[in-house]
Amino acid sequence: MTVWLFLCKSFIITKLKEAAKYEKKVMVLDFVTPTPLGNSWGLGGTCVNVGCIPKKLMHQAALLGQALEDSRKFGWQFTEEVKHNWMTMTESVQNYIGSLNWGYRVALREKKVTYENAYGEFVGPHTVKATNKRGVEKLYTAERFLIATGERPRYLGIPGDKEYCISSDDLFSLPYCPGKTLVVGASYVALECAGFLAGLGLDVTVMVRSILLRGFDQDIANKIGEYMEGHGINFIREFVPIKVEQIEEGTPGRLKVIAKSTKGNQIIEGEYNTVLLAIGRDSCTRKIGLDKVGVQINEKTGKIPVNDEEQTNVPYIYAVGDILQDKLELTPVAIQAGRLLVQRLYAGATSKCDYVNVPTTVFTPLEYGACGYSEETAVEKFGEENIEVYHSHFWPLEWTVPSRDNNKCYAKIICNIQDNERVIGFHVLGPNAGEVTQGFAAAIKCGMTKEQLDSTIGIHPVCAEVCV
Amino acid sequence: TCEQAEANEYDLLVIGGGSGGLACAKEAAQFGRKVAVLDYVEPSPQGTKWGLGGTCVNVGCIPKKLMHQAALLGSALKDAQHYGWNIAQPVHHTWSLMAQAVQNYVKSLNWGHRVQLQDKKVKYFNMKGSFSDPYTIRGLTKAGKETVVTAENIVIATGGRPKYPTHIAGALEYGITSDDLFWLKKSPGKTLVVGASYVSLECAGFLTGIGLDTTVMMRSIPLRGFDQQMASLVTEHMESYGTKFLKRCFPTKVEKLESNRLQVTWKNTDLGTEETDSFDTVMWAVGRAPDTEALNLEAVGVKTNSETGKIVVDASEATSVPHIYAIGDITEGRPELTPTAIAAGKLLAQRLFGQSSELMDYDNVPTTVFTPLEYGCVGLSEEMADLGALQFHLIQLHALSLNVLRKDLYVMYCFQVVCLREREQRILGLHFIGPNAGEVIQGFALGIKCGATYPQLMKTIGIHPTCAEEITKLHITKRSGLDATVTGC
Repeated sequence: MTVWLFLCKSFIITKLKEAAKYEKKVMVLDFVTPTPLGNSWGLGGTCVNVGCIPKKLMHQAALLGQALEDSRKFGWQFTEEVKHNWMTMTESVQNYIGSLNWGYRVALREKKVTYENAYGEFVGPHTVKATNKRGVEKLYTAERFLIATGERPRYLGIPGDKEYCISSDDLFSLPYCPGKTLVVGASYVALECAGFLAGLGLDVTVMVRSILLRGFDQDIANKIGEYMEGHGINFIREFVPIKVEQIEEGTPGRLKVIAKSTKGNQIIEGEYNTVLLAIGRDSCTRKIGLDKVGVQINEKTGKIPVNDEEQTNVPYIYAVGDILQDKLELTPVAIQAGRLLVQRLYAGATSKCDYVNVPTTVFTPLEYGACGYSEETAVEKFGEENIEVYHSHFWPLEWTVPSRDNNKCYAKIICNIQDNERVIGFHVLGPNAGEVTQGFAAAIKCGMTKEQLDSTIGIHPVCAEVCV
Repeated sequence: TCEQAEANEYDLLVIGGGSGGLACAKEAAQFGRKVAVLDYVEPSPQGTKWGLGGTCVNVGCIPKKLMHQAALLGSALKDAQHYGWNIAQPVHHTWSLMAQAVQNYVKSLNWGHRVQLQDKKVKYFNMKGSFSDPYTIRGLTKAGKETVVTAENIVIATGGRPKYPTHIAGALEYGITSDDLFWLKKSPGKTLVVGASYVSLECAGFLTGIGLDTTVMMRSIPLRGFDQQMASLVTEHMESYGTKFLKRCFPTKVEKLESNRLQVTWKNTDLGTEETDSFDTVMWAVGRAPDTEALNLEAVGVKTNSETGKIVVDASEATSVPHIYAIGDITEGRPELTPTAIAAGKLLAQRLFGQSSELMDYDNVPTTVFTPLEYGCVGLSEEMADLGALQFHLIQLHALSLNVLRKDLYVMYCFQVVCLREREQRILGLHFIGPNAGEVIQGFALGIKCGATYPQLMKTIGIHPTCAEEITKLHITKRSGLDATVTGC
């Protein structure tokens, strides 16, 4: 009898390897329902196939475009006109992803984890039905189950959305250059994609219903928007699309988008080669038979509430990753939660996943790294008079010679005056924000105070030293 | 004495307008004190000189990092093709374009410092200072004009200058140092860099990166004082990057050829042979000597270390003469780093004029070597932890190149944590080799200052995808003997 059964659409290979380490019989079911446009991918989940990995690589491609321009000021000489080839980049990226998919298949095999490329759903207590691509069904039973099915992009529910629009599920393997693109949404997915598409030389417009990066520090969100606008990305604010029509077929074709103002009756029209929807993601929890085993989900959001040990209301069923209610939708969080869960169950460990002060980075053209409270959340929780905000603009040394973007980079630290000026929020807007933020996140975990920050010597000349 | 105090024109006189000196002067001026700075640059043997700001601004950190960036951009150009950018070959680098851009930026910093001193009402003398008596400095301009300045407190922050191996024939006449490299108007061409210091490796690194034929000659080990395993990874990468190494060799003479090239003769201690080759430029990077000669320290009794020549100071930066202090590269036993000089200078001013009693903490100072593959570290190296007979864990990860689209490029990144074995497992040192090493290490240095332990590090969630996140995942100890290589994500 199989001990563990994982339902995955996400990348938790490390967790599977962890369980198998303790010589438990482990199986994983992974299946990718094709996108409306027919797109699908291999083992590894969102991060590997249609998230973090291809996103960062394409962001890097865009940064390299900027590096090319900078390099001229540093003495490098080459032809004036440099064009970007979408197919070359996408092929490289997809090849790399393919190697990761393969790597995971091998890793699972080595750890003797049984893998089936099949759609899993509960049919009764301790029992799951697995349906493969060809429709062949099999039943499996297990002592315990882990649900880690993740999410998929949401559609607008307007005429033409599923037929003509793409999502992040399609973008990273698009077999043609997207051309003039409209990105609908103001999430980090929308801004990151808009950012790198523009960096590759494409004409990009972002249509935003209300605010940018909801949930993030708004002061910084606005700076990010300003930077993107200053670098040629068009923003249409307070409008939502109501219809998408095809003017001409093609790769890419031509689409007409009709949008309505959120503030009145104004209607606008625009023509684009590609429309990318990035308005949010929905949990894959509605069609996996949770009702058959009594697992409670939040009916409105589809997310699964768990206790602090990642256990659902059904004791033998656990859940991790993007589908969890009130938790962060991040790869490292999912990995950590899963690994610690298995260690608690089989290695006698007691550590629980620490969801507090999880650092994150938004890979927009001007990157944003953060850990802890945003300014507005800190004010709300502690009161404005009880927090102190230290901030500074800075100009990375590497940007001085090419004379660009003076005073756009920014760092901000939020301290709790009542608790020895403990640092409760860290924000940095600048190059390599992720690399900078990681160490500060570790320090925040150690309860660092402003005094300790001040007494730490900076490394010179780097961007991060502005924070100490 | 009271009379002396009334006679002194300034509350604080700083000799040396570099990182430490300027920081100290500006901080003191904040307290409303009368402050003066003397700064003077003795031209290098090749005749190079520069403006206000000291080593860091003019012939150190700043131009170094900019030229390092130029080299990194060269690599970026190669990467870019794999990411879809069509760049017509060949791609050239022109030294004079880069040098001019860098020199112009440095000059803007010189100007900025002048303006700042003016704004803070700090008096600036472009003069070479020397002691006449404990409260009196004699300043000499380039033209030989003399000015006498007296002060209640004096801070010596004259830094250091590159050493010349004067026992080697032709070294002084034909060689240059880092003092000259950044100000060259023409490309240095085929270059021999002699030395194994970070100065040597960083310079050789960026010269290689911009396409020049570069060789490093080392007498023994690279980066003495740094973790030796890391030092090897750094030099190994430089070799694969294209820098030539003459290991366990030392030069015996430098001669000028008719073609104006330089002929260098050296001894190879491994083979016991003598070899020669010709270069366009020979750069000495064999260490730095404190700039104390012109100060006339003997006249006032300021003690220096007999071996190094550096000024001996106590924990409050005080020299053997009560109201005379010293900070920065000139002081014995201190790291030769800009940020420590700045911090020490500020704290000194705060103690002298601001009723503070806070002393400078020189422990766990993070640093970064900006070689082509950067190396950032804070705290103890493996060797130092060993010497301290501390029971420690060494936890490592060697990742294959995270530059995933370049199949032709194989690069070993390395992450290492040294921590105590005892229950709490406090972190003693952190080392990282990879891109943006300085950015990665900075925050962790802060963590170490907060007494971070290994369990706390493991509880910290990583940011994905970055290099830095690997540090939060380190779990293979050296003691275990397991393979620490990671392939892929």
